[in-house]
Amino acid sequence: MANSTSEGTMRLEVFRYSPEKDEEPHFQTYEVPFRKDWVVLDALNHIKDQSDGTLSFRWSCRMGVCGSCGVMVNGVPKLGCSAFLRDYYPNPIRIEPLSHFPVLRDLVFQLDSFLDKLKSVQPWIVRRDGEKPVSEGEYLQTPAQHARFKDFSMCINCMLCFAACPVVGMEPHFLGPATIALAQRYNLDSRDQGRDQRQETVASHDGIWQCTFIGECSAVCPKHVDPAGAIQQAKLESTIDWFKEVLWPFGGRKS
Amino acid sequence: MKPYIRPMPATWWLKRSPYLLFMIRELTSVFVAAYVVIFLVMIRRLNEGQAAYEAFLESLKSPLAIGFHMVALAFAVFHTVTWFHLTPKAMAVRIGEERVKPALIIAPNYAAWAVISAIVAWFILG
Repeated sequence: MANSTSEGTMRLEVFRYSPEKDEEPHFQTYEVPFRKDWVVLDALNHIKDQSDGTLSFRWSCRMGVCGSCGVMVNGVPKLGCSAFLRDYYPNPIRIEPLSHFPVLRDLVFQLDSFLDKLKSVQPWIVRRDGEKPVSEGEYLQTPAQHARFKDFSMCINCMLCFAACPVVGMEPHFLGPATIALAQRYNLDSRDQGRDQRQETVASHDGIWQCTFIGECSAVCPKHVDPAGAIQQAKLESTIDWFKEVLWPFGGRKS
Repeated sequence: MKPYIRPMPATWWLKRSPYLLFMIRELTSVFVAAYVVIFLVMIRRLNEGQAAYEAFLESLKSPLAIGFHMVALAFAVFHTVTWFHLTPKAMAVRIGEERVKPALIIAPNYAAWAVISAIVAWFILG
């Protein structure tokens, strides 16, 4: 990098766990050059290339799009590619795998539970009678209809919100923030007819009602999806459903 | 493969200030509930007759009762304000393609608070 100038070094304390030889994880300290334009991911790559090839971590796009490089930086979930060293310099930083997930090796964690939860809310367009053939044309949508769910559709599945949510940590069956935001994204889509199916999961005991509205999922989201908002809006809508079913004459019947 | 599962410490809410603020917000509901209990006791004393009611009012003047109310008021205000500021999250009001600004959803809460407080004050003091 032509413009980067090294201005001393910075200490990184990195979570290490090797399933073959470790019973417990430990922290390993590395000195990396401090550069103003370096992010945590640059520092991790520097370690892997220059001093310790055994360090394992996930990354791909290094520009905040792929959602692979989520790590805890000093206890806060961040994308490694978006957390600048200069925001922490000259203090050391502590890098850990995203909280609440089982650790496979070093910073690599198991995401099966997340993917299973994601699939359970059917995050795709559901049509009651199946999709119409392509020859019949597309399902049209106005800009206003699109605007209703656009923010929730920006999710990159980086799982920072899961790591920020203490409820995820304490209730392993909780559907989780991104999952519910994506369910809400499809529920709000004018082309979708799958809300009743999703409600069985979303409005269940392990769904929205587990959320205590701590709000950190939205605070850490790199894409401003606002999962906390999605969950509270889903709670409001589910409550209205209940009132309709219980208090409205013939309300239990679906039109 | 032997994935390592990290334990969640019971002190998780002390690790970061947003979690601590959340716990304080949850704790405030205890004080809001305490207000309700005091109100119920007051109604009971009222039912028992004038002497019991006046003795109850007198007991509220003790330094302990005043101290409790000062603390409880601070927590109740914190409770109210934090929840007011969370309402725009739960209410996604849209006009056309634009979402209504959060401040416009928060403001009516304060307005309603002021009006209701004024009515209560007028009831008691008027």
